[in-house]
Amino acid sequence: MYVAVKGGERAIENAHAWLAEERRGDTAVAELSIAQIREQLALAVNRVMAEGSLYDPDLAALAIKQARGDLIEAIFLIRAYRTTLPRFGATRPVATGEMACDRRISATFKDAPGGQVLGPTFDYTHRLLDFKLAAEGEVAKAPTAAPRNEPTPHITAFLRGEDIIQREPDSEATPGDLTRTPMSYPAGRDIRLQSLARGDEGFLLGLAYSTQRGYARNHAFVGELRIGTVAVEMEIPELGFTIEIGEVELTECETVNQFAGSKTEPPQFTRGYGLVFGQTERKAIAMALVDRALRWRELGEDDLGAAAQDEEFVLSHSDNIQATGFLEHIKLPHYVDFQSELELVRKLRREAEANVAKQNAGNEDAGKEASQ
Amino acid sequence: MNVSENRAAHGAFGGGFADPAIESAFAFRTAMSVMAKPGEIRALDTAHPPAPLSSAAGTLLLTLCDPETGVFLAGACDTPEMRGWLAFHTGAPVVGADRAEFAVGRWADLVPLDHYRIGTPEYPDRSATLIVEVDTLEAAGATLRGPGIKDSATLSLPDPAAMAGNAMLFPLGLDFFLTCGGRIAALPRSTQISEG
Amino acid sequence: MSDYNFAYLDEQTKRMIRRAILKGLAVPGYQVPFASREMPMPYGWGTGGVQVSAATLTPEDTFKVIDQGSDDTTNAVSIRKFFEKTAGVAVTEETEKASVIQTRHRIPEAPLREDQILVYQVPIPEPLRFLEPRETETRKMHSLEEYGLMHVKLYEDISQHGAIATAYAYPVKVADRYVMDPSPIPKFDNPKLEMAAIQLFGAGREQRIYAVPPYTKVVSLDFEDYPFEATKADHACDLCAAEDSYLDEVILDDAGNRMFVCSDTDYCRTRREAGHVGRLGEEVAA
Repeated sequence: MYVAVKGGERAIENAHAWLAEERRGDTAVAELSIAQIREQLALAVNRVMAEGSLYDPDLAALAIKQARGDLIEAIFLIRAYRTTLPRFGATRPVATGEMACDRRISATFKDAPGGQVLGPTFDYTHRLLDFKLAAEGEVAKAPTAAPRNEPTPHITAFLRGEDIIQREPDSEATPGDLTRTPMSYPAGRDIRLQSLARGDEGFLLGLAYSTQRGYARNHAFVGELRIGTVAVEMEIPELGFTIEIGEVELTECETVNQFAGSKTEPPQFTRGYGLVFGQTERKAIAMALVDRALRWRELGEDDLGAAAQDEEFVLSHSDNIQATGFLEHIKLPHYVDFQSELELVRKLRREAEANVAKQNAGNEDAGKEASQ
Repeated sequence: MNVSENRAAHGAFGGGFADPAIESAFAFRTAMSVMAKPGEIRALDTAHPPAPLSSAAGTLLLTLCDPETGVFLAGACDTPEMRGWLAFHTGAPVVGADRAEFAVGRWADLVPLDHYRIGTPEYPDRSATLIVEVDTLEAAGATLRGPGIKDSATLSLPDPAAMAGNAMLFPLGLDFFLTCGGRIAALPRSTQISEG
Repeated sequence: MSDYNFAYLDEQTKRMIRRAILKGLAVPGYQVPFASREMPMPYGWGTGGVQVSAATLTPEDTFKVIDQGSDDTTNAVSIRKFFEKTAGVAVTEETEKASVIQTRHRIPEAPLREDQILVYQVPIPEPLRFLEPRETETRKMHSLEEYGLMHVKLYEDISQHGAIATAYAYPVKVADRYVMDPSPIPKFDNPKLEMAAIQLFGAGREQRIYAVPPYTKVVSLDFEDYPFEATKADHACDLCAAEDSYLDEVILDDAGNRMFVCSDTDYCRTRREAGHVGRLGEEVAA
């Protein structure tokens, strides 16, 4: 006997209750605190802040806990929260040249003012599982050095002095904001960079990698990669001056790319740029490579038809919250559409079978005639 | 407008919405209904802007305008009081006709229509909406046909010929709200207009 | 839920959506770009419809949500609860009593009235998208009213299958100007697109809002020799005996037995309450 499907509401409530239980896991195991996630899963927290477009380590840690460690789900929680926040104003552009660097490396110069500072990097760790960590070993204190007090100038600034690298136009214009105005193409570089900065790390990594393998290759050197904290300042019109409202950790990557030139312009290096919240250097490098690939038109390069050069393709597919929502929505009921298609296919099959039958009958008749 | 309301409208701070989320929700429904059904006349009188603006026009401004929308105050509407009221309640910048998202005033002060943005072929929505203050608003006068209208409707229009000319630009063109005291009607660019 | 504003969205966002709705009504069938916000439900699950509803609802509304024609599908339940909580609106399952109806994939069977609003959830608002993936190109095609590609596609269907092979999201032309995607409703519903109610379409992920005012001319694309046909399963509802409603096919057992029931659960219930009984109406638990 058929019973109409009912009880969607109860099913949802029960599913939520079960989910909450699964999230907690075995209650004999101590519950994770937000501080533990913030301090010990900091790179996950950074990714959630970067792609969630909200700098708040505690909220990102909470989102990771709530999402059971699913970072895209955590990013989604942060985005949905962020969109409800009132907007008080815009800050001054951050001065990354004055960053207090934890890490600063250049692949283009052996040394430069400010030095090469490896910082807390995985780079030269041998990827061997450290079984001591399984036993909650205490960590030895890392050696320290006296902090540098003078600013660490950008590597590209030295090249600019020689005029051997492309100059970026200065502008006081307010950059666009894709969270406040609908995307339209062609997008300006401001919107492109914003989109990349909050785009999915995996998607950008794949695209950047494709440029290295020859799909719009642009010969990138990491001119500089720096990670550290910068002051965030805001002009308060009522006060008539600028005040510091806090600081954020950023990763900045500037690539120095193949040179371009013409009869009238001497050859110059070009650049790609990546700037991301937190210590997120894979993302920042990928962003710089994709940014550079997207600049083909302004630099007078050829459109090689590569994915990374295709602004509309890159920008409309880089957002993992859009992508995962649409991907996963196909598990929602679609039986009304399917029924319509089912009827259509049945009808087309009936007609096709009737045609075949008619044709066979015709052939039989023709056969009979021939044999007679 | 009665005396006490008139008093409330004085200065930049009075005459706004007491409960913006709820009052603008109701006001929008009215605006949407008249825009969807050209010829329909409905009451809209929540806000009380400074003179000479009507309650309907003021309510509409509070419902639709904010710092992202430029407003052109035409002719007699452009008073320091009105600027203050608009700034305080909406934060909308006052701009020239050519940059306006919304323009408000009497027909004679709003024309000529070719000052306003009519959208582009690829983005016909990037066009101005004119809020026209009229002395009479009734279901009489020009005959309207088109989307939103079952068969035909009639509506008193300040300048049927100019408005018919605007409709010729479809899908580009301007969209109009007609406001009269505490009442409102609308005329989108999609409406075909014939006299009498 | 006092932590959030009425109907969840902040006022500035609602104003932005409301302005887009008004432009959409003024240019029927044209897709107005809007700065869609991240909602607390996933993109592709009705965020466009939810934003349009949030900008449209007043506390006096009675709200109905259907998915696949039914009020009790999980996503419909979830959206209905969201607005019950955030907007405090009354909710109903009765089409007749609803002032705002949000829908995914169906138009109710009962004719809607002038004082009702139908809000559609739209996944891909661009009817030309599957012929030309680029927004920059499709926008140009709309601006030039260049819809030849669509006709070519439909015609290729005919030469390959002997019929237009589009069963849902069947493209329409609105007010003799814009080709529009009516959202993935079965083509059976297309004739109902000319109705007395205001129709609003919201695509959140794709950031588009469009609208069809009451009584607007909406024509399903076709050819003189292959006219549009609104089709459904060739059965009556096994519960209420309706012959004019769109039917879901339900597999009853592994012996190939099927039953057909109204997709519009409220329509079916109303008919059964009025005494109509279908083939299996007696033996089925309500």
